[in-house]
Amino acid sequence: MIGNLILRDLGRAFRSGSAWMPLAFLLLIAALFPFAVGPNATLLNQTGGGLLWIAALLASLMPIDRLIEPDRESGVIDQLVLRDHGEGTILLAKQVAHWLSFGPPLLIAALPAGALLRLEMDTLGTVILGLALGTPGLAALAILVAALTAGLRGSSALTGLLVLPLAVPILIFGAGALHFGGGNALKLVAACSLLLCVIAPIAGGAALRAGRE
Amino acid sequence: MTAATLSLRGLACVRGGRLLFSGLNLDLRAGGSAQIAGPNGVGKSSLLRIVAGLLRPYAGTAERSGAVALTDELDALDRDRTVRDALTFWARMDEASPRAIDAALDDLGIPHLADVPVRMLSTGQRKRAALARTLAGNAPIWLLDEPANGLDVQAAMTLGNLVERHQEQGGIVLAASHTPLAWTQDITLTLAASTDYISGDEDSDQPGLSGAASPPDESTRTGSVGSSDAAPARPHDVSPPPAGETGGRSA
Repeated sequence: MIGNLILRDLGRAFRSGSAWMPLAFLLLIAALFPFAVGPNATLLNQTGGGLLWIAALLASLMPIDRLIEPDRESGVIDQLVLRDHGEGTILLAKQVAHWLSFGPPLLIAALPAGALLRLEMDTLGTVILGLALGTPGLAALAILVAALTAGLRGSSALTGLLVLPLAVPILIFGAGALHFGGGNALKLVAACSLLLCVIAPIAGGAALRAGRE
Repeated sequence: MTAATLSLRGLACVRGGRLLFSGLNLDLRAGGSAQIAGPNGVGKSSLLRIVAGLLRPYAGTAERSGAVALTDELDALDRDRTVRDALTFWARMDEASPRAIDAALDDLGIPHLADVPVRMLSTGQRKRAALARTLAGNAPIWLLDEPANGLDVQAAMTLGNLVERHQEQGGIVLAASHTPLAWTQDITLTLAASTDYISGDEDSDQPGLSGAASPPDESTRTGSVGSSDAAPARPHDVSPPPAGETGGRSA
């Protein structure tokens, strides 16, 4: 049942083309950045890793308004709930589908982006490892915020406000791993990510339930 | 399939601080059907959503054995997919066979729309597609919210036949409609407009779906709805139930 839901969401993301947007966004930033700051290899190598992290963070949050609200509005969530699927389960499926739609493509896109930013191999390796650990957390965060703001008018301003404080720890540790030798910072990325992955379906599910009353 | 039953006991619903109905009782056994009638905004849809488990009742219990299928004004079909693909997703969720979809589309007279994207459908066609989900699923209890909305006369008749077939197979049908329906109902519950407002925090004493307890002043409040108003504002009227069915009754 959950697998069915994941496949549907994944199919929707790729059919509507929204799954390609984070990818294009990441490559666009990586391509434009050297034009903006100049082709200085040392400078690019120092700032490129952090830039990839910011690009990945923003890319994961791009489809927030398309994650929950369309399904709530069209009655899909209602139909799932009356088939005795809990809101938490529904959100967990959406979380997995959202990560699958942007996580792996983003990790692959990080390779050409790293080349555009002239990252050294070990820096790029740390960035990709960090992204692999951090993107599930970012996917969970996107789902959580999408569930919290589903049904609100003018929710985009609120979205930014909610996302920022929760995304900052992952960004700090993820980008920090590039400078402070990796290991421990990456563990903290994984910890933040894990926490968000667990909290998001529970808190988001409660928000959906409350929103239905 | 075990025999489906639906049992509402002392059901009350509060929306936006307004008491829509209270003390509502209804018993339906396998093969039974009921219509919830009444003007717009009296809580017909809310009642169906309570039965479906999507809303918590303010008081009372809604118990059912057997799965429910709800057809309301939200079609819950993916607009970018074809009718068949959109319905196939729900058939998988319902553990129904894909062949049931084609059968349901045939029954509703829209087999030619199977490969048309949902976004191209007209209102009535979309309603039929949504009904096809209910038809193809295995749920014994059908909740139909304004089922005739958007349907032409022919389709409404077809739906009537399908509902009667579902009842013969032991299904239960609870339909909310302000207009007469194309099939015979065992019971008609008529909800009347209520002007009662609930003061205070409506969440503080709200029992859960399975909670049997009513708020302490529930009975007096229900009584006052029927008697104290100068205008006859009874919460609901119930037509005499035919033999073999237990009817709802006014509190």
